[in-house]
Amino acid sequence: MLIFLNHLINGISLGSVYAIIALGYTMVYGIAKMLNFAHGDVIMLGAYICFFAVSSFSLPPLVGVLLAMVVCTALGIVIERLAYKPLRQATSLAVLITAIGVSYFLQNGAQLLWSSNIKMFPSLFSNEPIALFGGELKITMAAIATVLACVVIMLVLTWFTGRTKLGKAMRACSEDKAAAQLMGINVNATISMTFAIGSALAAIAGVLFCSAYPNLTPTTGSMPGIKAFTAAVFGGIGSIPGALLGGVLLGLIEIFASAYISTQLSNAIVFAVLIVVLLVRPTGLLGKQVREKV
Amino acid sequence: MKRIHLNKASRVNFATYGMVVAAYLVLQLLGSMGMLSSTMRGQLVPICAYVAMALSLNLTVGVLGELSLGHGGFMSVGAFAGAVAAAALPIGSDGLRLACAMVAGALVAALVGVLVGIPVLRLNGDYLAIVTLAFGQIIKSIVENLYIGMDGKGLHADFLNNTMALGEGGRMVLNGPMGVNGIQKISTFTAGFVLVMLILVVIFHLVGSRAGRAIMALRDNRIAAESVGIPVTKYKLMAFVISAAMAGAAGTLFALGQNTITANKFDFNTSILILVFVVLGGQGKMWGSILAATFLTVLPETPAMRGLADYRMLVYAVVMILVMLATNSPAVQDFVNARLRKKKKKEGAGQ
Amino acid sequence: MSENKNSYPKPKLVPVPSTNIIPERDVDKRPILECRHLGIDFGGLTAVDDFNMAIGRTEIAGLIGPNGAGKTTVFNLLTKVYQPTRGTVMIDGRDTAGKSTIQVNHMGVARTFQNIRLFNNLSVEDNVKVGLHEHTKYSALSGILRLPSYWKKEREAHEKALELLSIFDMQDMAGYQAGSLPYGAQRRLEIVRALATQPSLLLLDEPAAGMNPSETAELMNNIRKIRDTFQIAIMLIEHDMNLVMGVCEGICVLNFGRIIAKGTPDDIQANPAVIEAYLGRQKEA
Repeated sequence: MLIFLNHLINGISLGSVYAIIALGYTMVYGIAKMLNFAHGDVIMLGAYICFFAVSSFSLPPLVGVLLAMVVCTALGIVIERLAYKPLRQATSLAVLITAIGVSYFLQNGAQLLWSSNIKMFPSLFSNEPIALFGGELKITMAAIATVLACVVIMLVLTWFTGRTKLGKAMRACSEDKAAAQLMGINVNATISMTFAIGSALAAIAGVLFCSAYPNLTPTTGSMPGIKAFTAAVFGGIGSIPGALLGGVLLGLIEIFASAYISTQLSNAIVFAVLIVVLLVRPTGLLGKQVREKV
Repeated sequence: MKRIHLNKASRVNFATYGMVVAAYLVLQLLGSMGMLSSTMRGQLVPICAYVAMALSLNLTVGVLGELSLGHGGFMSVGAFAGAVAAAALPIGSDGLRLACAMVAGALVAALVGVLVGIPVLRLNGDYLAIVTLAFGQIIKSIVENLYIGMDGKGLHADFLNNTMALGEGGRMVLNGPMGVNGIQKISTFTAGFVLVMLILVVIFHLVGSRAGRAIMALRDNRIAAESVGIPVTKYKLMAFVISAAMAGAAGTLFALGQNTITANKFDFNTSILILVFVVLGGQGKMWGSILAATFLTVLPETPAMRGLADYRMLVYAVVMILVMLATNSPAVQDFVNARLRKKKKKEGAGQ
Repeated sequence: MSENKNSYPKPKLVPVPSTNIIPERDVDKRPILECRHLGIDFGGLTAVDDFNMAIGRTEIAGLIGPNGAGKTTVFNLLTKVYQPTRGTVMIDGRDTAGKSTIQVNHMGVARTFQNIRLFNNLSVEDNVKVGLHEHTKYSALSGILRLPSYWKKEREAHEKALELLSIFDMQDMAGYQAGSLPYGAQRRLEIVRALATQPSLLLLDEPAAGMNPSETAELMNNIRKIRDTFQIAIMLIEHDMNLVMGVCEGICVLNFGRIIAKGTPDDIQANPAVIEAYLGRQKEA
């Protein structure tokens, strides 16, 4: 039972990281109708920046995280402006290939700058876990911080998109860009802002992910990136609660699959779940149906 | 008003055949005169395999119009099935054994293509792409955990853990994450050339036939294709499975030219590399795929480029983005068109 | 061209069961299309409701109504782009419940689209050949191996495609890329492609949109020519009243998803409900 609880906690914690990454995918997809394949690599960059800030410049962890967020936000905006904006009217195939190109660019750029050697991510949180049941159930501070961060981000985003003017502009753009433009909304600025928010979240996710799995390499971001996209699709792409639900479920499936079925096959099982979900409910758990106009 | 005459298709096809035949003859001649370096000679089979992969992916991306991010998975299936078949088949002649192994690789890959395609092709666009990616990962996970051994009684297989007790004289053919070791290198440049030519014939003949028109029709406009009674799923699956079978044969060709193959050799990066070939060569342009695959495989091996090996993938990424921007961005196209118009005007003025 | 619009003989319309009307000459034959209580809801919104209509085997029928009345939705229901929420669609007496767009086409319904949907990267001839798909059958394998059946059927398809293109005098354009054609030619090509599937009911969604009066007049003649040559029924959605009143025999007026009037062009032009739907209620002086 305690082992089960342990897995449960690990699953929720991993799932929270996926949820934060999935938010970036879901918001960008909702508004720009594109799969930002490079999102996973922004995670990796965020982790590297925090790593250098804390390890090389001995800055406090919080400053490291903030620095990572600032750099990633700027990067997200630049990527959108240079690579994606000229392709607003292009086919989704062209945009997806471009996004894959950006992803490759970031990965290989990081490899040139920092080599492909593994860097050990420093622990930003106290190493002393909280012990329950006479020390049999240990909860790390990193896990607690991750879940807390996820809940706070989710609440802030729900408030932001539902209550603020900018958030409403975002929702308007995701429904109908032309109509939003006619209502005086600056569509380009709104899309840039969405990329900025998504990239800032990616930076946080990168730091949290590396706190749990400290081996940092230029390809660190791609697997969680792909899985988080899976989570976003799972929950229903475009839906913020969907990203949370999908992320946490995916984290649980991954941890339980590797604990009770097979470690080697845990990735395969995660992807098999994605395929089944897409076939049964192509719009995901909380996604809404979109009709093609004929 | 721009009207494009399309009667050039068959001329382009013949030019493509000619290009491949000429390249083969020139390289054979250089080889027989001893003018090819050993590195270059070692590259001939992989080049053919990558050209075949690029052509097969171009069938999916250029002709069918769907993005597959798991094409390396089919290459992997073909490579391992072919390597096992080559080890197991009791055929003396190397050429015949290679041919049979390629057929085996193509068949197994086609079978996996059907299994993957039936669920995948119900989806469209980005979703389809991401699911092919997922299948690529699943295929890799399965191959990594597959154990195949051979003894006097035939082939034995195991999954996840190797619990096989092989009989007298038995040996492991496929050893899970260690892959296949000690492969007898029976792939030849000629075999590669034949495979590439076969693939070209199949693609060109398919495109010029009723089935190919149906496939391109549903690429251009699925709803219109349905409205004129084209069974969309059937033709999507047909293109996808043919593409998978070709990738399987290419995988076998590649594997039987190596000493060792592991599942890692055919991961997501391989799928992307092949996509780069297709994108750079031009979607739907087979000659483009051939040139892109050849040059991007050879260039990093030339002495001048070897120093820049670290930058290779970075350059590929930049080129991929630039090609997409150049071919799809309205701003860039307007710029190019304006230039062309200017040039035309000048020519007109000169007359 | 337009003076023959009134000289064209209009048949008398007679009632058939379920309050529908079809031309008198078709009355002893089964209607090619019969809709009974057809309806569809999008979410909570009822887009089309209680749509009853029959079309005779050689009738040219019109479906008109103000913007947003649900005309294209009716076409999408007939071709199963949308599955209806209620009611039945019978094609030549056969129920289409549970059928797909593809199957309905095989049952004899072909259509064009309001926003042109050609296979833009294929040649004009190939667009028509895609329409001929079901009628020039040979296997994919004989296509790849270039077996005799390939050569025979391809030649047949080529000849048939040119013959169909000649309806609109387009045989010289056969080699051009469809997407590069001028607008009017694209509209005509869509009709040819639909005809290539050998339909018994042809649905035209705003065939005259964007055409000038002389092109429209020519189109009118061609619509009649198609009906007379192929002996099929044609149903068209159109905003150009000259065309509708000139070419259609039975007209059905849709407003807010419901039929408000049915009858001959003369009936419709005199119908107060139709005038109100188009022009609004006249204020009491």
